[in-house]
Amino acid sequence: MSQRLIELLLEALWETVAMVGVSAVLAALIGVPLGILLLVTQPGNILARPTFNRIVGAVVNAARSTPFIILMVAIIPLTRALVGTSIGTAAATVPLVVAAAPFIARLVEASLREVDSGLVEAAQAMGASPLQIVVKVLVPEALPGIAAGLTITVVSLIGYSAMAGAVGGGGLGDLGIRYGYQRFQGEVMVAVVAVLIVLVQVVQSVGDYAAHRLNKRERT
Amino acid sequence: MIVIDDLEKEFGGPSGPNPVLRGISLTIEKGEVFGIIGRSGAGKSTLVRCINLLERPTRGRITVAGRELSGLSGAALRAARHDIGMVFQHFNLLSSRTVQGNVSLPLELVDMPRGLRLRRVDEMLELVGLTDKRDAYPAQLSGGQKQRVGIARALASRPSVLLCDEATSALDPETTKSILALLAEINHTLNLTIVLITHEMQVVREIADRVAVLDQGRVVEQGAVFDVFTQPSHPITRSLVREVLNLELPERVSSRLRHSPQTSPGLVMRITFTGPSANEPIVSEMVRRFGVSFNILHGHIDYIQNAPYGTLTVEAGGSEAGLQAALDFLRVKSLKVEILGRVAAPDRAVA
Repeated sequence: MSQRLIELLLEALWETVAMVGVSAVLAALIGVPLGILLLVTQPGNILARPTFNRIVGAVVNAARSTPFIILMVAIIPLTRALVGTSIGTAAATVPLVVAAAPFIARLVEASLREVDSGLVEAAQAMGASPLQIVVKVLVPEALPGIAAGLTITVVSLIGYSAMAGAVGGGGLGDLGIRYGYQRFQGEVMVAVVAVLIVLVQVVQSVGDYAAHRLNKRERT
Repeated sequence: MIVIDDLEKEFGGPSGPNPVLRGISLTIEKGEVFGIIGRSGAGKSTLVRCINLLERPTRGRITVAGRELSGLSGAALRAARHDIGMVFQHFNLLSSRTVQGNVSLPLELVDMPRGLRLRRVDEMLELVGLTDKRDAYPAQLSGGQKQRVGIARALASRPSVLLCDEATSALDPETTKSILALLAEINHTLNLTIVLITHEMQVVREIADRVAVLDQGRVVEQGAVFDVFTQPSHPITRSLVREVLNLELPERVSSRLRHSPQTSPGLVMRITFTGPSANEPIVSEMVRRFGVSFNILHGHIDYIQNAPYGTLTVEAGGSEAGLQAALDFLRVKSLKVEILGRVAAPDRAVA
């Protein structure tokens, strides 16, 4: 492997990690509260607001059903407004966040739904307010599931970030397409895929470890 | 302490409102253990959830410690709930918190300072005998230990009322006994009012002072546990009592009863002893005075709240006059006698 190729790979890897890392954090900051909101406003839940829940649910579904490549192009005006440009790594984080936040929201909602309703009832019987139930019961109990959901999201984001290369986002996907496909340098493509495999492997292992450490449900 | 006044609860269903509780009125005194028993679907869980308004009554009033709860909502209701502890069938402990964390939860909700809180938690763990499990997670505990944590958690805010919703139904008989003993002890030492929902008459017999029998959303019978046990009036109560007192005749005896003609010489009767008469030598006295013979078919003595309560099913033989005199003697002693039928002598009856 040439020195040049290694440099290219390292640069692209860094771009991917930065793009995915920043968008994952931002998406989690939006998606986790959104997921909590989706659950607690359901009819019969602790802050039931059926109409609000239907509207937010519909928006989330709409965002999730738009193919990423279309979403990316469709929100270019928003991207320009937020980061000043529609090209480059920073610009790529906007569609990544928009795509990942609703995904996280649904995963968080599903994890929270798994929490035994008896625990919520017990907290209510103790005189807990809805906010206390969320902070002290729902989120801590769902944390292993939320951690697993975030891991899935990061892995998906790595895949999406390759597509973001298509709008000049840079990163590993971009490198693979430009050198491997457009310049017929097959070994670059193979190297890119190998790096991606290792990256996903590392993310998944860290995520599994975190979920395992957070899970107190099994005897140890 | 707790006054339930004409409580009605309906659940909305596809075919209109479905009444679950109908016209329930109960008064539970301070410091007593009050049992509410019924078959599944009788509405007992809904009833106990109405007491702390986890279920909002459709009509009627709930008053706990002089405060009417049914009118409260929001922060006022939450404050009132701090005074009512609750223990659940499936414990409902947070799996993400240690024993200490679980017991501390109700105190965190009212922002009790940390030092005070930890001291209270230790105090509670000592009360339920789990000091050595303070740092364990619920997954590492047995069912009985989990319920002890549940009780410690329910008592941490020093409530004046403890609601137990089938608190022992998920436990084995041995553990059930120890949990009931703990509840009885708490009842004595803290003078805590306990409302106990159960489908097991055994549990009521063990620790309740008074009991209400619930069937199809109505209270069909209520009173002191001893009276309800010894003189059940409603069919549901009778069948619940029969489960624990084992009054069924053995099949061998009942088939002889069925197959013997009414003119047979042996008289089968069930004598019920309660209170002081349970300690008197009634049977031997009858044998001596009236020259009748007794063959004991079935019998046992139970203790309900430390008062003896026994039944004896006997086959009596002898002259008709002697039998009649024996029956009169039993009635004079104000024992309850039921004539179950007549049987032929065993050797001839075996068909």
